[in-house]
Amino acid sequence: MSILIENLRHIYNPNSPFESLALDNVNLEIKSGELVGLIGHTGSGKSTLIQHLNGLLKPTSGKIFIDNIDITDSNISLVDIRKKVGVVFQYPEYQLFEETVYKDVAFGPSNLGLDEDEIKKRVIESIKLVGLDYEDIKDRSPFELSGGQKRRVAIAGVLAMKPKILVLDEPTAGLDPKGRDEILMQIKKLHEKQDLTIILSSHSMEDMAKVATKLIVMAEGKIEIEGHPKKVFMECDKLRNIGLDVPLVSQLIKKLREQGFDIREDIITIKEAKEEIIKYIRSKKI
Amino acid sequence: MIKDITIGQYYPTNSTVHKLDPRVKILGTFMFMASLFIIESFYLYLLVLAFLGSILKLSKIPVRYILKGLRPLMFILLFTLLINAFMTPGKIIYSIGPASISQEGLRQGIFMAVRLIFLITGTSILTLATSPIELTDGIEKLLNPFKKIGVPAHELAMMMTIALRFIPTLLDETDKIMKAQMARGADFESKNILNRAKNLIPLLVPLFISAFRRADELAMAMEARCYRGGENRSKMKQIRFTRKDYIAFATILTYLVLIILF
Amino acid sequence: MDNIIKVEDVVYEYLQEETNLKALDGVNLDIKKGEFVVIIGHNGSGKSTLSKHLNAILKPVHGNVIVAGMNTKDEDKIWQIRQNAGMIFQNPDNQIVGTVVEEDVAFGPENLGINPDEIKKRVETSLKSVNMYEFRNKAPHLLSGGQKQRVAIAGIIAMKPDCIILDEPTAMLDPSGRKEVINTIKKLNKEENITIVHITHFMEEAIDADRIIVMEKGKIVLEGKPKDVFTQVDKLKKLRLDVPYMTELAYELRKSGLKIKEDILSVDEMVMSLCQY
Repeated sequence: MSILIENLRHIYNPNSPFESLALDNVNLEIKSGELVGLIGHTGSGKSTLIQHLNGLLKPTSGKIFIDNIDITDSNISLVDIRKKVGVVFQYPEYQLFEETVYKDVAFGPSNLGLDEDEIKKRVIESIKLVGLDYEDIKDRSPFELSGGQKRRVAIAGVLAMKPKILVLDEPTAGLDPKGRDEILMQIKKLHEKQDLTIILSSHSMEDMAKVATKLIVMAEGKIEIEGHPKKVFMECDKLRNIGLDVPLVSQLIKKLREQGFDIREDIITIKEAKEEIIKYIRSKKI
Repeated sequence: MIKDITIGQYYPTNSTVHKLDPRVKILGTFMFMASLFIIESFYLYLLVLAFLGSILKLSKIPVRYILKGLRPLMFILLFTLLINAFMTPGKIIYSIGPASISQEGLRQGIFMAVRLIFLITGTSILTLATSPIELTDGIEKLLNPFKKIGVPAHELAMMMTIALRFIPTLLDETDKIMKAQMARGADFESKNILNRAKNLIPLLVPLFISAFRRADELAMAMEARCYRGGENRSKMKQIRFTRKDYIAFATILTYLVLIILF
Repeated sequence: MDNIIKVEDVVYEYLQEETNLKALDGVNLDIKKGEFVVIIGHNGSGKSTLSKHLNAILKPVHGNVIVAGMNTKDEDKIWQIRQNAGMIFQNPDNQIVGTVVEEDVAFGPENLGINPDEIKKRVETSLKSVNMYEFRNKAPHLLSGGQKQRVAIAGIIAMKPDCIILDEPTAMLDPSGRKEVINTIKKLNKEENITIVHITHFMEEAIDADRIIVMEKGKIVLEGKPKDVFTQVDKLKKLRLDVPYMTELAYELRKSGLKIKEDILSVDEMVMSLCQY
């Protein structure tokens, strides 16, 4: 499913002393099947943008089309939007509340008014999708699981709504390296196998370089840079001016080029860097 | 939405009222509240209004702040007014079907509503002009003499401080959980009261769990910072009675005596 | 006294319904005064449990923990130990007590019963040393995560500790908040000679440490200077821990037959090493 955003503006607390402009004329197109990385500081407008995608916030002005349907239209039912767009918020494990994992994952689909069989089918499917063992976990209390497991259960709870677009706000925050890796790989798998459009926000440029097919860099409510990760990470200076990190590999490539290394500029992962450096050094030897 | 709620709000300026000892302000507020239960005649209402007005002026708190605080209570005020107007027997001046408004009732209703407005305004001035810390310090100091009969003065004050510290954090958290559950199709705006109550479970359970977790962590952090109750504890800010405080206290006392005498 | 912290053969068990989980299983560790030690390891590896032993929140089932010459089992010394070894926790929200920054920093010294004038002085200097003095009258919930953590650090410094233990203080922060906190603790270590024990999941934060300790299943499995620890890429990968990106690249390049130094941690070292090739 595609997303088209036109001239989106959002002002918090309009006409009060606390008035603040959170989104300033955002224009954006996300094609079906993309895995989009959303980058920006806390307060750059990322979360505000995410909350517009499933109708939790209404734009001050501008339009949002999901699959060519204008969701800012007042006749659109919110349930319909939320069926299409699933949002996993930061630290989603804090939203768990049921006695068993099964019941918690079933919360979303039962709100959609589905019948028992369909709900069960969806619960089984989504628990498997996040890489957990359904039989082993379904009757356990979500509160006795490990941090990483809790988070997966919470993500399963959103997947059970069968969204076509999945938005994840910093899904790896607060996890240890192993947990971070697992969640990230799970997301990549979901993207490949499930025909989902995924929007992912993260502070880790390295993670983004690994999985995203497109990056959107936000600062002060505006989109600053947009494009393929290779293209975005080449703009070291611009990223630094916004106060964001540049992946270390991009920094290295830039410095090596300055030292006269004749290597490609658009390298963002360790694997690519290794291949390119070896190719260059071998060519120099001959 | 939920973030608009303001409890224990403090309006920082450098007014005379702000600089008073919190004990004077707390006791003063209590005396003022007491005075409201005594007043009967129209002229005394004017006296209270004048007194309240001058304190508000001295405190440099904008009137719109007070009005903002009254707005959510409009329903209660109106309710008080109408109940009194309809329920008090007397000379009927207006009737709708079987119900009728009496002259005495209307008068009584207006007075009760005005009394409530005075009460709310008075306590608002206390919280607006006293920082939460001063307030808790003041309460602790006032309760100190009762420690001997087992009143846990320090513990009560510490509880208040922590509550005030965590109210904004928990409101923020409520907002977040609400949004997360709404994204899963939860409906918090159902017209049906029973459904609405049931729908609160997905909000309240995570909120309680989170509050307990926070309490646990906070207790550990406090212990790690050598907290062991009120014993041998010192205070960075000492509160002391000055000449101004004696004058203020005398003024309020005079006011109360005047109200009682008339 | 050279070692500020001595951990001797410490065992700690969490009592669970069926099995006794050994969170610490024979840990030995000496930390010198003024040292900057980073502890890495997975959740459940025992890092947090160890850190809580260092300021007597937890007490060992077996073995001893000695802080500044005092055994944590000695009930009379407990407050002195906690004053000497300050502790910062992961969640910046759940460790701030005061409703105003200044009041929170004063909380520790107030608990120690220090006189008001001295507290005022300490609050001022500690807020200045974490660069938060201008926020002294703000309410904590209006600050960013990084700022809250710095306030928490100021609250500890105001108690004049010899040593600060930080249990994943950066886990919930964004990159700029993380930098603020790291720079603050580095500065305190260098300028005020405060011993730092820093627990983290971010390997790049460990590069400048004096010593790195890797924990797994309640034991110390690897220990040494960053260069010595991070070059053991295979071992770290087996533990499913990260390696700094440049060390990983150096490791990959060596595997492909390129003879460059293996103890590379930063971009500049990598550039230098490749230029010499």
